[in-house]
Amino acid sequence: MPVPLNWRRFPERYLLRGSYCETCKQAFFPSRAICPNCRRKGKLISIEMPRTGRIISYTRVHVPPEGFKNEAPYYLAIIELENGAKVLSQIVDSNPEKIKIGARVKKVFRRIAEPDEYGTITYGYKFKVIE
Amino acid sequence: MQAGIIGYGVYIPRLRIKVSEIERVWEKSAGGLGVTEKAVAASDEDACTLAVQAARIACEDFSIDPKRINAIYVGSESHPYAVNPTASIVAEALGTSHKYFAVDMEFACKAGTAGLQVCYALKKAKMIDVGLAIGSDTAQSKPNDPLEFTAASGAAAFFIGDSKREVIAEIEYTCSYTSDMPDFWRRPKAEFPEHTGRFTGEAYFKHVINAAKLLLEETGYKASDFDYAVFHQPNGKFPIKAAKILGIAPEKVKQGLLCPLIGNTYSASTLIGLASVLDVAKPNEKVLVVSYGSGAGSDAFVLNVTENIEHRRARKAVFEIIKEKEYIDYALYVRHRRKIKSL
Ligand SMILES: [Zn+2]
Repeated sequence: MPVPLNWRRFPERYLLRGSYCETCKQAFFPSRAICPNCRRKGKLISIEMPRTGRIISYTRVHVPPEGFKNEAPYYLAIIELENGAKVLSQIVDSNPEKIKIGARVKKVFRRIAEPDEYGTITYGYKFKVIE
Repeated sequence: MQAGIIGYGVYIPRLRIKVSEIERVWEKSAGGLGVTEKAVAASDEDACTLAVQAARIACEDFSIDPKRINAIYVGSESHPYAVNPTASIVAEALGTSHKYFAVDMEFACKAGTAGLQVCYALKKAKMIDVGLAIGSDTAQSKPNDPLEFTAASGAAAFFIGDSKREVIAEIEYTCSYTSDMPDFWRRPKAEFPEHTGRFTGEAYFKHVINAAKLLLEETGYKASDFDYAVFHQPNGKFPIKAAKILGIAPEKVKQGLLCPLIGNTYSASTLIGLASVLDVAKPNEKVLVVSYGSGAGSDAFVLNVTENIEHRRARKAVFEIIKEKEYIDYALYVRHRRKIKSL
């Protein structure tokens, strides 16, 4: 991803910045331009998502996309954050037996990708299971 | 109130390798280092991610709004970029405002305490609301080098302020003792640092002892006035020996001595020790802190613990944090630390 394009996503990647609709009180991640519930009546504001949530589904990735070859196998999960918004994230630093549906998770800051030793490092969120 | 510490956070990566495992691979003894295992950063961690984790814990545990931060200094000898600051990434990841002083620091293992001095000075000059000093390292070591037994990963973040309700330990005094003594170095394109073996010990004691003596001279305190002493800990032995030379009882060093269980976390080493002391310290206790950075220099501090410590503590003590761990063997260690060159 080109550096400027990546930079525009820092608020989302670093702080889980998403949208909240003041009309229907629903949170969205990533950010939306229009509320899918209220359409033109929606009033979206930008907010930082909660840093904790629960796993609602997960999988173990053995055949990763380009650039993640050396990280596989790894866990990928859909997480429901405390405000109801859903996030797809890698799960790290967790005992495999504890990675299951309903497990409580917390956001951590990690390296996401590094193209080679000359390019920029992409940082962002991953999640870990907490007791 | 005097400027001082208003909060702190420690992050130790989960992975551990036992010194005995490194001894097994190279078929040699680590010698009497007094270290049993060391913390290892995972392949998707670096000094920047460690720094963010430590600072985030500090913000949460001590209820510090990142928007109040006006200064960030990140000390490390393993900054992920040679050019492009770690400090600005840390700030962005914490969600600070954009009105803050920032620079990356490097002075081998003492860059973290140097950041603490700068934040303290800025606070005394009333140029900031809250300052953030971080020591963070994923220390590198050449395979089969004696450094490999101890070079570890970890981070500690300290917030400096002067609010009467927030200061948990006043910084009463600080000074540094510095000289040109190259006992450990890394040239720009070298992947691993070089060192001089025994000369490192000579440099360590020269600077640590002289900085402590300078501090005692200038403040009028005696070594026995301190309830705790924290020294830079390249191994488990040096801090105890430094205490003995200064006439400080070894028991006063134990609470701040983490190296035996996590290894030498370089820029984070002294600060993690200090965090552990603050985990248990009581009001009116006095703490002596002396860091050490090769090259070489030592930063010394007198800290006075305040009443606020009774209701402002880290949620999890350092000795608890380090219990969350997962052992890896040497093969996984070289995979995580990216020492396999054909990949
Ligand atoms: Zn809506």
